[in-house]
Amino acid sequence: MSPALRLLAATAALTLAPLPALAGKTLDAIKSRGQLACGVSTGVIGFSAADSQGQWKGLDVDVCKAIAAAVLGDPNKVRWVPLSSQQRFTALQSGEVDILSRNTTWSLTRDAGQGLHFAGVTYYDGQGFLVAKKTKVSSAKQLKNAEVCVQSGTTTEKNLSDFARSQGIKIKPVVFDKFEASLKAFFSGRCQAYTTDASALAFIRAKEAPNPDDYLVLPELISKEPLGPAVRRGDDEWFAIVKWTVNALIEAEELGITQARVDSLKSSADPSVQRFLGVGEDLGKNLGLDRDWAGRAIKAVGNYGEIFNRNLGADSPLKLPRGLNAQWNKGGILYAQPLR
Amino acid sequence: MPGRRRSAWLAQALTLAAVLALAGLLAATTAGHLQERGIRSGFDFLLEPAGFALGESLLPFEPGDSTLRAFAAGLLNTLRVALPAAALALLIGIAAGFGRLADNPLLRGLATAFVTGVRNLPLLLHLLAWYFILTDLLPPGDAPLNPLPGVFLSKSGLALPWWGETGFEVPEPAGFGFEGGANLTPEYLALLIGLSIYSAAYIAETLRGAVQALPPGQRLSALALGMSARQTFLLVLLPQAWRAALPPVTSQLLNLLKNASLAVAIGYPDLVSVAGTSLNQTGRALECLSIVVAVYLALSLVAAAISHRLEARLFREQGQ
Repeated sequence: MSPALRLLAATAALTLAPLPALAGKTLDAIKSRGQLACGVSTGVIGFSAADSQGQWKGLDVDVCKAIAAAVLGDPNKVRWVPLSSQQRFTALQSGEVDILSRNTTWSLTRDAGQGLHFAGVTYYDGQGFLVAKKTKVSSAKQLKNAEVCVQSGTTTEKNLSDFARSQGIKIKPVVFDKFEASLKAFFSGRCQAYTTDASALAFIRAKEAPNPDDYLVLPELISKEPLGPAVRRGDDEWFAIVKWTVNALIEAEELGITQARVDSLKSSADPSVQRFLGVGEDLGKNLGLDRDWAGRAIKAVGNYGEIFNRNLGADSPLKLPRGLNAQWNKGGILYAQPLR
Repeated sequence: MPGRRRSAWLAQALTLAAVLALAGLLAATTAGHLQERGIRSGFDFLLEPAGFALGESLLPFEPGDSTLRAFAAGLLNTLRVALPAAALALLIGIAAGFGRLADNPLLRGLATAFVTGVRNLPLLLHLLAWYFILTDLLPPGDAPLNPLPGVFLSKSGLALPWWGETGFEVPEPAGFGFEGGANLTPEYLALLIGLSIYSAAYIAETLRGAVQALPPGQRLSALALGMSARQTFLLVLLPQAWRAALPPVTSQLLNLLKNASLAVAIGYPDLVSVAGTSLNQTGRALECLSIVVAVYLALSLVAAAISHRLEARLFREQGQ
């Protein structure tokens, strides 16, 4: 590295330099601040997007609200920090946010190489293709020599090139930095296909297409995209709180603990439910929280099934099926580590 | 006074040492912080396979090639659009500058409208507008316009006969798009048009100012000698005005080079686009950004050095 480059790199890092060491202190910092700093997307409907009143809504948003309820006792004590896909890891690494809950794929490079810990999977997604029906393409394998519109700054570009290489075909990516521009280009006919995570394709077809019936989501998923919240390395206590809040949301659905019934279930005879709600046994003290932490989280946002239905499923404009994201005993792969 | 000179040297050396020490300290602090937080750093990723494809590239590029090669392809893509755009901007700028000074009110009005309209809109808007005009208005790739034999214009771009791997090739429709010859994508065309027109408006104004600063006698004598308005502008006024206009025109062309980094807004794989993708694949934010900074700095310094030489020569010639 030449001295000139070294100087430039160092100057750019000035913003990083004055930060105090944060290891082990995230929970204290959140409590003294009275707010959870939650990194979200700049707008992905169903995961994290501000509505017309400026209220943040979505599955990733509800995860942060649940954690704020468990830790601070109030789901509204959250500072939302919208981050582009290129900013997100730096924002978490530098301590600007306490948690990154931003439809982020859990992968080896990110987990091991970028100073992050993923606390669990909140949505199992996969990358797919949207095409115009008039191109007469019915399988991704027919996309030979096709131009595919992509938004930059995600794992999408790499998956696309991996898929093309594995199929022995050439696909030309047309990469945009803005979501809107990439969609506009696709719908004007510049590209034969659009690629991103399947959950987003459903939304794009339903809400952004001039006429949804003219477009088709191809059957193939070309990648695994387990999405989940991430925290900074070096604070195991905080990592445990986030991890077990995610587990609690999923476990609550399995146990049948809903937002509406959480109070009345305190008198339940089921020992698992009692333990979950802190009746008798106190699981919260293992996390440095009180005994009511999990109950408060469910009271604030409901269990995983309720969160899913409200933001992505039947009660949302996206109407996505549960698919892989159903409980393990209902045909899906959601499997919470037991709260005991 | 050797004593004073020595102390001046000493002061400069001390300043330099202090700056270098500060730089070293910052670098060490940054490296320490990155390591403390478990973030991998360094430039080793440049030699690993990039893993992503580029939509278009002068330099043949496959996803299995190194990230370094991806950066090189991105840089070539930047130059591929910036250099022709600079030439076009100069030509259009000179023409519009001439129009601004014309006696013919229609020509003057048109040139004024062009300069005012173009200069007062942000460049990003220009680029998006050109891009969506091209992609909205052109026919789809399976029904291209065919204005000349072997030339196809569609949403997939402008396919032209050109020298390829097998000699001179004429493009032929193949699946989606065309094979053989050269293909200029709508992204490239929109960037080329947008950049050259935007910079041309500024160059026109610079030239107008420089020409108007000349003594009025120059123009009047040229006209009195029977030269036409065009001859007066190109042969008498422009060569003299050039001396004053060269530094601002150069900096305008430098701006054009830097403005080419807006390419990613309309999907053209320039250096910044490649750096953004690499950053996301590898997580090496500081490294990717410092490469972009260093490359732009180097390009600008080279361009500035060339302009400096041109100026020096111009002054020497005119001084004689």
